[in-house]
Amino acid sequence: MYIIVVGGGRVGYYLLKALLNEGHEVLLLEKDARICKNIVEEMGSVCYRGDGCEAATLAEVGTSRADMLVAVTGDDEDNLVACQVAKHRYNVPRTIARIRNPRNETLFKKLGIDVTVITTNIILEAIEREVPTHPLTHLLTIGEKGLVIVDVKISPESTTVGKMVKELSLPKESKLALVIPFKGSAYVPIANTVLQAGDQIIAVTTPESEEALRASLRGV
Amino acid sequence: MKVLIMGCSRTGAQLAAQLDAEGHKVTVLDIDTYSFRRLPTNFGGTALFGNGIDEDALRKAGIEEADVFVAVTQGDNRNVTACQIAKHIFNVPRVMCRIYDPLREEMYSTLGLETISPTKVIAQLFKEKMEGKG
Repeated sequence: MYIIVVGGGRVGYYLLKALLNEGHEVLLLEKDARICKNIVEEMGSVCYRGDGCEAATLAEVGTSRADMLVAVTGDDEDNLVACQVAKHRYNVPRTIARIRNPRNETLFKKLGIDVTVITTNIILEAIEREVPTHPLTHLLTIGEKGLVIVDVKISPESTTVGKMVKELSLPKESKLALVIPFKGSAYVPIANTVLQAGDQIIAVTTPESEEALRASLRGV
Repeated sequence: MKVLIMGCSRTGAQLAAQLDAEGHKVTVLDIDTYSFRRLPTNFGGTALFGNGIDEDALRKAGIEEADVFVAVTQGDNRNVTACQIAKHIFNVPRVMCRIYDPLREEMYSTLGLETISPTKVIAQLFKEKMEGKG
Protein backbone atom coordinates (compact mmCIF):
# COMPACT_ATOMS: atom_id res chain seq x y z
CA MET A 1 0.00 0.00 0.00
CA TYR A 2 1.29 3.50 -0.86
CA ILE A 3 0.79 5.80 2.14
CA ILE A 4 1.64 9.50 2.28
CA VAL A 5 2.25 11.00 5.70
CA VAL A 6 2.06 14.80 6.04
CA GLY A 7 4.02 16.37 8.89
CA GLY A 8 7.40 15.21 10.19
CA GLY A 9 6.94 16.01 13.87
CA ARG A 10 7.21 13.27 16.47
CA VAL A 11 3.91 11.68 15.47
CA GLY A 12 4.88 11.67 11.79
CA TYR A 13 8.35 10.36 12.50
CA TYR A 14 7.24 7.34 14.53
CA LEU A 15 4.33 6.69 12.19
CA LEU A 16 6.73 6.60 9.24
CA LYS A 17 9.00 4.18 11.07
CA ALA A 18 6.16 1.87 12.06
CA LEU A 19 4.58 1.84 8.60
CA LEU A 20 7.93 1.11 6.93
CA ASN A 21 8.43 -1.77 9.34
CA GLU A 22 5.08 -3.17 8.29
CA GLY A 23 6.38 -3.23 4.74
CA HIS A 24 4.33 -0.40 3.22
CA GLU A 25 5.55 2.08 0.66
CA VAL A 26 5.57 5.27 2.71
CA LEU A 27 6.56 8.84 1.93
CA LEU A 28 6.73 11.60 4.51
CA LEU A 29 6.15 15.22 3.45
CA GLU A 30 7.85 17.83 5.59
CA LYS A 31 8.39 21.55 5.04
CA ASP A 32 11.47 21.90 7.22
CA ALA A 33 14.68 21.08 5.28
CA ARG A 34 16.62 20.18 8.42
CA ILE A 35 14.06 17.65 9.68
CA CYS A 36 13.88 16.19 6.18
CA LYS A 37 17.64 15.80 5.96
CA ASN A 38 17.83 14.01 9.31
CA ILE A 39 15.12 11.55 8.33
CA VAL A 40 16.70 10.83 4.95
CA GLU A 41 20.08 10.24 6.64
CA GLU A 42 18.49 7.83 9.07
CA MET A 43 15.97 5.96 6.95
CA GLY A 44 16.88 6.59 3.32
CA SER A 45 14.88 8.51 0.76
CA VAL A 46 11.50 8.24 2.44
CA CYS A 47 11.09 11.96 3.16
CA TYR A 48 10.31 14.64 0.61
CA ARG A 49 10.71 18.31 1.37
CA GLY A 50 7.54 20.20 0.57
CA ASP A 51 4.21 21.54 1.76
CA GLY A 52 1.70 18.70 1.94
CA CYS A 53 -1.17 21.18 1.59
CA GLU A 54 0.02 22.32 -1.81
CA ALA A 55 -1.44 20.64 -4.85
CA ALA A 56 1.90 21.03 -6.70
CA THR A 57 3.83 19.10 -4.02
CA LEU A 58 1.21 16.37 -3.90
CA ALA A 59 1.42 16.05 -7.69
CA GLU A 60 5.21 15.63 -7.54
CA VAL A 61 4.97 12.70 -5.15
CA GLY A 62 2.36 10.85 -7.19
CA THR A 63 -0.55 11.35 -4.84
CA SER A 64 -3.05 10.12 -7.43
CA ARG A 65 -1.77 6.56 -6.93
CA ALA A 66 -1.70 6.79 -3.13
CA ASP A 67 -4.02 4.48 -1.21
CA MET A 68 -4.04 6.65 1.87
CA LEU A 69 -2.98 10.07 3.11
CA VAL A 70 -2.43 10.66 6.80
CA ALA A 71 -2.09 14.27 7.99
CA VAL A 72 -0.46 14.56 11.41
CA THR A 73 0.90 18.10 11.65
CA GLY A 74 0.26 19.98 14.87
CA ASP A 75 -2.32 22.27 13.24
CA ASP A 76 -5.88 21.14 12.60
CA GLU A 77 -6.31 23.53 9.67
CA ASP A 78 -3.22 22.18 7.86
CA ASN A 79 -4.39 18.61 8.38
CA LEU A 80 -7.85 19.47 7.05
CA VAL A 81 -6.50 21.14 3.90
CA ALA A 82 -3.98 18.36 3.16
CA CYS A 83 -6.78 15.77 3.36
CA GLN A 84 -9.18 17.86 1.26
CA VAL A 85 -6.62 18.46 -1.49
CA ALA A 86 -5.76 14.74 -1.51
CA LYS A 87 -9.42 13.80 -1.72
CA HIS A 88 -10.74 16.34 -4.18
CA ARG A 89 -7.79 16.76 -6.55
CA TYR A 90 -6.19 13.33 -6.40
CA ASN A 91 -9.09 11.06 -5.39
CA VAL A 92 -7.14 9.40 -2.58
CA PRO A 93 -9.55 6.72 -1.27
CA ARG A 94 -8.72 7.05 2.45
CA THR A 95 -7.74 10.21 4.33
CA ILE A 96 -6.88 10.30 8.01
CA ALA A 97 -6.45 13.50 10.02
CA ARG A 98 -5.10 14.21 13.44
CA ILE A 99 -7.28 16.71 15.35
CA ARG A 100 -6.34 18.72 18.42
CA ASN A 101 -9.54 20.67 19.02
CA PRO A 102 -12.27 18.05 19.67
CA ARG A 103 -14.89 20.49 18.34
CA ASN A 104 -13.43 20.17 14.86
CA GLU A 105 -14.53 16.54 14.56
CA THR A 106 -17.99 17.42 13.21
CA LEU A 107 -16.53 19.70 10.55
CA PHE A 108 -13.94 17.18 9.39
CA LYS A 109 -16.59 14.46 9.13
CA LYS A 110 -18.95 16.74 7.23
CA LEU A 111 -16.20 17.58 4.79
CA GLY A 112 -15.58 13.91 4.06
CA ILE A 113 -12.36 13.18 5.96
CA ASP A 114 -12.60 9.40 6.44
CA VAL A 115 -10.97 8.96 9.83
CA THR A 116 -10.18 11.50 12.53
CA VAL A 117 -7.91 10.88 15.49
CA ILE A 118 -8.60 13.29 18.30
CA THR A 119 -5.58 13.17 20.56
CA THR A 120 -7.24 15.31 23.24
CA ASN A 121 -10.15 12.89 23.53
CA ILE A 122 -7.88 9.85 23.66
CA ILE A 123 -6.13 11.30 26.70
CA LEU A 124 -9.48 12.28 28.24
CA GLU A 125 -10.79 8.74 27.75
CA ALA A 126 -7.66 7.31 29.32
CA ILE A 127 -8.25 9.53 32.34
CA GLU A 128 -11.89 8.45 32.56
CA ARG A 129 -10.85 4.79 32.52
CA GLU A 130 -8.36 5.40 35.30
CA VAL A 131 -10.81 7.25 37.53
CA PRO A 132 -12.93 4.49 39.08
CA THR A 133 -15.79 6.80 40.10
CA HIS A 134 -16.60 7.60 36.52
CA PRO A 135 -19.80 5.65 35.78
CA LEU A 136 -19.58 5.46 31.97
CA THR A 137 -16.49 5.16 29.81
CA HIS A 138 -16.21 5.29 26.04
CA LEU A 139 -14.31 2.38 24.62
CA LEU A 140 -14.84 2.71 20.88
CA THR A 141 -16.77 4.77 18.35
CA ILE A 142 -18.11 3.05 15.27
CA GLY A 143 -18.29 6.17 13.15
CA GLU A 144 -20.14 4.92 10.07
CA LYS A 145 -22.98 3.39 12.11
CA GLY A 146 -23.23 6.20 14.67
CA LEU A 147 -22.70 3.74 17.52
CA VAL A 148 -20.46 3.76 20.56
CA ILE A 149 -19.24 0.94 22.75
CA VAL A 150 -19.24 1.91 26.40
CA ASP A 151 -18.31 0.45 29.73
CA VAL A 152 -20.72 1.01 32.66
CA LYS A 153 -19.73 0.09 36.19
CA ILE A 154 -22.35 -1.08 38.67
CA SER A 155 -21.48 0.32 42.09
CA PRO A 156 -22.80 -1.00 45.43
CA GLU A 157 -25.00 2.13 45.65
CA SER A 158 -26.70 1.43 42.31
CA THR A 159 -30.41 0.83 42.84
CA THR A 160 -30.32 -1.79 40.11
CA VAL A 161 -28.18 -4.24 42.11
CA GLY A 162 -30.14 -7.51 42.41
CA LYS A 163 -32.44 -6.70 39.49
CA MET A 164 -32.73 -8.78 36.36
CA VAL A 165 -31.79 -7.38 32.94
CA LYS A 166 -35.41 -7.73 31.74
CA GLU A 167 -36.56 -5.46 34.60
CA LEU A 168 -34.38 -2.59 33.42
CA SER A 169 -35.89 -0.04 31.06
CA LEU A 170 -33.01 0.08 28.61
CA PRO A 171 -33.19 2.57 25.74
CA LYS A 172 -34.11 0.61 22.62
CA GLU A 173 -30.95 1.55 20.69
CA SER A 174 -28.83 0.02 23.45
CA LYS A 175 -27.72 -3.61 23.65
CA LEU A 176 -25.82 -5.18 26.51
CA ALA A 177 -22.94 -7.16 25.05
CA LEU A 178 -20.95 -8.50 27.97
CA VAL A 179 -20.83 -8.62 31.75
CA ILE A 180 -17.43 -8.69 33.44
CA PRO A 181 -18.14 -9.58 37.08
CA PHE A 182 -15.95 -8.44 39.96
CA LYS A 183 -14.88 -12.08 40.38
CA GLY A 184 -14.99 -14.82 37.79
CA SER A 185 -15.01 -14.75 34.04
CA ALA A 186 -16.98 -12.62 31.62
CA TYR A 187 -20.32 -13.79 30.18
CA VAL A 188 -23.01 -12.65 27.76
CA PRO A 189 -26.03 -11.32 29.69
CA ILE A 190 -29.52 -12.76 29.08
CA ALA A 191 -32.94 -11.48 30.21
CA ASN A 192 -32.66 -13.28 33.56
CA THR A 193 -29.11 -12.13 34.36
CA VAL A 194 -29.04 -10.48 37.79
CA LEU A 195 -26.89 -7.37 38.20
CA GLN A 196 -24.29 -7.48 40.97
CA ALA A 197 -22.28 -4.75 42.60
CA GLY A 198 -18.89 -4.53 40.92
CA ASP A 199 -20.16 -5.73 37.54
CA GLN A 200 -18.70 -4.06 34.54
CA ILE A 201 -21.11 -3.97 31.62
CA ILE A 202 -19.97 -3.52 28.03
CA ALA A 203 -22.81 -2.13 25.93
CA VAL A 204 -23.43 -0.85 22.42
CA THR A 205 -25.47 2.35 22.19
CA THR A 206 -25.90 5.62 20.31
CA PRO A 207 -24.30 8.84 21.60
CA GLU A 208 -27.81 10.29 22.17
CA SER A 209 -29.06 7.47 24.40
CA GLU A 210 -25.84 7.19 26.41
CA GLU A 211 -27.25 9.08 29.38
CA ALA A 212 -30.48 7.05 29.37
CA LEU A 213 -28.45 3.83 29.28
CA ARG A 214 -26.32 4.94 32.21
CA ALA A 215 -29.43 5.85 34.20
CA SER A 216 -31.25 2.57 33.48
CA LEU A 217 -28.20 0.45 34.36
CA ARG A 218 -27.24 2.24 37.56
CA GLY A 219 -30.60 3.48 38.79
CA VAL A 220 -30.80 6.83 40.51
CA MET B 1 -25.69 43.97 7.17
CA LYS B 2 -23.83 42.14 9.93
CA VAL B 3 -20.28 41.30 8.90
CA LEU B 4 -17.77 39.20 10.81
CA ILE B 5 -14.16 39.61 9.69
CA MET B 6 -11.49 37.15 10.76
CA GLY B 7 -8.01 38.69 10.85
CA CYS B 8 -7.31 42.37 11.46
CA SER B 9 -4.69 42.37 8.71
CA ARG B 10 -4.24 45.45 6.53
CA THR B 11 -6.98 44.14 4.29
CA GLY B 12 -9.17 43.17 7.24
CA ALA B 13 -8.81 46.56 8.91
CA GLN B 14 -9.38 48.45 5.66
CA LEU B 15 -12.52 46.45 4.89
CA ALA B 16 -13.81 46.82 8.46
CA ALA B 17 -13.29 50.59 8.42
CA GLN B 18 -15.06 51.02 5.06
CA LEU B 19 -18.05 48.87 6.02
CA ASP B 20 -18.31 50.60 9.40
CA ALA B 21 -18.26 54.03 7.74
CA GLU B 22 -21.14 52.89 5.53
CA GLY B 23 -23.17 51.98 8.60
CA HIS B 24 -22.85 48.20 8.64
CA LYS B 25 -22.47 46.26 11.88
CA VAL B 26 -18.88 45.02 11.85
CA THR B 27 -16.98 42.70 14.18
CA VAL B 28 -13.26 42.01 13.67
CA LEU B 29 -11.65 38.97 15.23
CA ASP B 30 -7.90 38.52 15.71
CA ILE B 31 -5.60 36.38 17.84
CA ASP B 32 -3.30 39.35 18.40
CA THR B 33 -4.85 42.45 19.95
CA TYR B 34 -1.89 44.49 18.69
CA SER B 35 -3.36 44.16 15.17
CA PHE B 36 -6.30 46.32 16.22
CA ARG B 37 -4.00 49.36 15.99
CA ARG B 38 -4.73 49.25 12.27
CA LEU B 39 -8.36 50.22 12.86
CA PRO B 40 -9.14 53.96 12.60
CA THR B 41 -9.71 55.80 15.88
CA ASN B 42 -13.33 56.50 14.97
CA PHE B 43 -14.08 52.80 14.29
CA GLY B 44 -17.57 52.11 15.63
CA GLY B 45 -17.61 48.34 15.30
CA THR B 46 -16.36 45.63 17.64
CA ALA B 47 -12.76 44.44 17.81
CA LEU B 48 -12.60 41.09 19.56
CA PHE B 49 -9.71 38.90 20.70
CA GLY B 50 -10.28 35.33 19.57
CA ASN B 51 -9.34 32.48 17.27
CA GLY B 52 -11.50 32.27 14.14
CA ILE B 53 -11.02 28.53 13.82
CA ASP B 54 -12.51 27.93 17.26
CA GLU B 55 -16.28 27.43 17.27
CA ASP B 56 -16.68 28.91 20.74
CA ALA B 57 -14.79 32.07 19.79
CA LEU B 58 -16.86 32.41 16.63
CA ARG B 59 -20.08 32.02 18.60
CA LYS B 60 -18.94 34.74 21.03
CA ALA B 61 -18.19 36.99 18.08
CA GLY B 62 -21.83 36.61 16.99
CA ILE B 63 -21.39 34.33 13.97
CA GLU B 64 -24.91 32.96 14.43
CA GLU B 65 -26.38 36.35 13.45
CA ALA B 66 -23.79 37.23 10.78
CA ASP B 67 -24.90 37.79 7.17
CA VAL B 68 -21.36 37.64 5.82
CA PHE B 69 -18.17 36.01 7.07
CA VAL B 70 -14.82 37.10 5.61
CA ALA B 71 -11.51 35.35 6.39
CA VAL B 72 -8.41 37.46 5.67
CA THR B 73 -5.67 36.14 7.96
CA GLN B 74 -2.21 35.49 6.53
CA GLY B 75 -2.76 31.73 6.50
CA ASP B 76 -4.59 30.13 3.59
CA ASN B 77 -5.39 27.02 5.59
CA ARG B 78 -6.68 29.02 8.54
CA ASN B 79 -8.89 31.00 6.18
CA VAL B 80 -10.42 28.00 4.46
CA THR B 81 -10.93 26.14 7.73
CA ALA B 82 -12.69 29.13 9.31
CA CYS B 83 -14.82 29.62 6.22
CA GLN B 84 -15.85 25.99 6.15
CA ILE B 85 -16.81 26.20 9.84
CA ALA B 86 -18.87 29.33 9.05
CA LYS B 87 -20.54 27.67 6.07
CA HIS B 88 -21.09 24.11 7.27
CA ILE B 89 -21.48 24.48 11.04
CA PHE B 90 -23.08 27.92 11.37
CA ASN B 91 -24.77 28.19 7.94
CA VAL B 92 -23.67 31.79 7.41
CA PRO B 93 -25.40 32.95 4.17
CA ARG B 94 -22.25 34.35 2.53
CA VAL B 95 -18.72 33.17 3.24
CA MET B 96 -15.67 34.76 1.64
CA CYS B 97 -12.09 33.67 1.78
CA ARG B 98 -8.66 35.00 0.87
CA ILE B 99 -6.42 32.25 -0.51
CA TYR B 100 -2.96 33.27 -1.72
CA ASP B 101 -2.20 29.94 -3.40
CA PRO B 102 -3.99 29.99 -6.79
CA LEU B 103 -4.27 26.18 -6.95
CA ARG B 104 -5.88 25.97 -3.54
CA GLU B 105 -8.13 28.89 -4.44
CA GLU B 106 -9.37 27.09 -7.53
CA MET B 107 -10.19 23.97 -5.56
CA TYR B 108 -12.08 25.71 -2.75
CA SER B 109 -13.96 27.78 -5.25
CA THR B 110 -15.26 24.57 -6.84
CA LEU B 111 -16.09 23.34 -3.33
CA GLY B 112 -18.47 26.28 -2.95
CA LEU B 113 -16.56 29.01 -1.11
CA GLU B 114 -16.44 32.56 -2.47
CA THR B 115 -12.71 32.95 -2.91
CA ILE B 116 -10.22 35.62 -3.93
CA SER B 117 -6.58 34.90 -4.69
CA PRO B 118 -4.60 38.15 -4.29
CA THR B 119 -1.69 36.47 -6.10
CA LYS B 120 -3.77 35.91 -9.20
CA VAL B 121 -5.57 39.27 -9.05
CA ILE B 122 -2.45 41.38 -8.52
CA ALA B 123 -0.41 39.57 -11.19
CA GLN B 124 -3.26 40.19 -13.60
CA LEU B 125 -3.44 43.90 -12.66
CA PHE B 126 0.29 44.36 -13.22
CA LYS B 127 0.07 42.60 -16.53
CA GLU B 128 -2.81 44.80 -17.66
CA LYS B 129 -0.92 47.91 -16.56
CA MET B 130 2.09 46.83 -18.62
CA GLU B 131 -0.09 46.24 -21.61
CA GLY B 132 -1.45 49.75 -21.17
CA LYS B 133 -4.98 48.74 -20.27
CA GLY B 134 -4.83 49.80 -16.61
